[in-house]
Amino acid sequence: MSLKINIRKAFPDFVLNVELDADDGVLALLGGSGCGKSLTLKCIAGIEKPDSGRIVINGQVVFDSDKNINIPPQGRNVGFLFQNYALFPTMTVLGNIASVVEGKKLHRLAVAGEIADKFGLESVKNLYPREISGGQQQRTALARILVRKPQILMLDEPFSALDTHLRWHMEQEMAVVLADFSGVTLVVTHDRDEAYRMSGKIAVMNEGRLDCIGDKDDIFTNPKTLEAARMTGCKNISKAEKTGDYAVYAVDWGITLKTVKPVTDRVKHIGVRSHHFQPGLGENSFPITVHGSINEPFSRIWLFAFNENAEKLQFATKCEGCAPNALSVPPDKILLLE
Amino acid sequence: MDFRPFVISIQVAVTATVFTFFLGLFAANFVYKMKRGKGIIDTLFTLPMILPPTVAGFFLLTTFGRQGFVGSFLESVFDIRIVFTPTGAVIASIFVAFPLMYRTARGAFEQIDQNVIYAAQTLGFSRHKIFWTLKVPMAKSGILAGAVLAFARALGEFGATMMLAGNIPGRTQTMAIAVFSAVNTGNIQLAYTWVAILTAMSFAMIMLMNFWASPRHRRRKNVPKN
Repeated sequence: MSLKINIRKAFPDFVLNVELDADDGVLALLGGSGCGKSLTLKCIAGIEKPDSGRIVINGQVVFDSDKNINIPPQGRNVGFLFQNYALFPTMTVLGNIASVVEGKKLHRLAVAGEIADKFGLESVKNLYPREISGGQQQRTALARILVRKPQILMLDEPFSALDTHLRWHMEQEMAVVLADFSGVTLVVTHDRDEAYRMSGKIAVMNEGRLDCIGDKDDIFTNPKTLEAARMTGCKNISKAEKTGDYAVYAVDWGITLKTVKPVTDRVKHIGVRSHHFQPGLGENSFPITVHGSINEPFSRIWLFAFNENAEKLQFATKCEGCAPNALSVPPDKILLLE
Repeated sequence: MDFRPFVISIQVAVTATVFTFFLGLFAANFVYKMKRGKGIIDTLFTLPMILPPTVAGFFLLTTFGRQGFVGSFLESVFDIRIVFTPTGAVIASIFVAFPLMYRTARGAFEQIDQNVIYAAQTLGFSRHKIFWTLKVPMAKSGILAGAVLAFARALGEFGATMMLAGNIPGRTQTMAIAVFSAVNTGNIQLAYTWVAILTAMSFAMIMLMNFWASPRHRRRKNVPKN
């Protein structure tokens, strides 16, 4: 099963232009707010109509601007989990699930009751959505979606409406549900950890375009683009100028670094993750000026600069201790970004 | 005392409210879903609310009068007359009460979380099913409030009714018109009676509407958990 999209939709101040292929498994769409990731889901579901392009779900063309095909959302059978779950407030948990089942009323209630039990909603099935917890609301929404056996699953920021402690719990429940679903699953998130834990592949989106796509480990250890580095949490990024086949000048930091990987002409930025700096001397080591520190729950972040007037960087360390006076940048940890 | 104005008023207002209810509901849903030209249609639908009653009456007379295009059609084809009949009073009431129903219902529709509608679409709900099983129940208190407002407005209608249906005792003379006639003929006692009845009814209806619109009414038996 597969999903193929190639769509364009223009707004006065924003253009969505996405080309994306997805196979079975979970693909995370990672991007900042306003990058068009939710809009992409809405186009696939048929809630929004692209200006032009083509969308193919499991071999069925649901949208093709050249052939004038635009199947309404009702005919696409996609499972769309909304950020706020979008439960029907005037119906009970059981009513919400039963309302999407076809057939006679008794049959609908029987099917709905069965899936409600399976999702652990037995005790709340006669309550209204606002009378149950956030986790139960999400389970109700999932049950309501899965009872129709959708072609693909799309989850829009599935955990953003939950408290931190519930989030972790629901994420594990979701993992079980997703493992059970044999088809394409798209998860929209701006949280890199969530993206990493839930997905097999990650697509990074930026300003309405697909920035890059790849296996999650590849995207995290070896991001190729500026946006991929940013979205995977790289805090230290500088403009870069190539100075040799294995050397690059970090413009914002005022230092020249040796690299392990060859520097191509397309490299415009470099990045170093804050936990990759090494205190003390070594290759690529420079004296630093420490500007301050921030205590995180289990680590400490030093704010420093390699030169006066240069941009401040972050260095994260697990251990307590006094401020380092020199840091080295391991050449194999430098991210070369296009 | 002649109670016919009371009976006529209730008959006219109830009939007019039934029509206004559905017309206003569908108009509200239509405008709510409109993408282009919303402003002009909304203005047209709201206009009867602020037009002087005589202007509204004049429009209705020129449309439903014997020379009017609807009036002449109805008379020649169905032998139905509108002017100086209870039907005319109903039409005048529908005309002036419609904007209240339309605007209140539209406001209630606009409060609905759009994602709920989108979710229903992706879950295969037809337009018809979305309207009757989701939008209407979700906008219930607003729709009921609109219906009460429309009924109250229809009950108090005077100007356009005078022009279209006239003031025929026992036929088109409603309570509001009876007050006018009583004052005109110097029967202050009668005027007081109708004024008292109308004021009490209006008061009760506003109370009812506020009750339906209050959050306390919407809360159900169970206290929400957090």
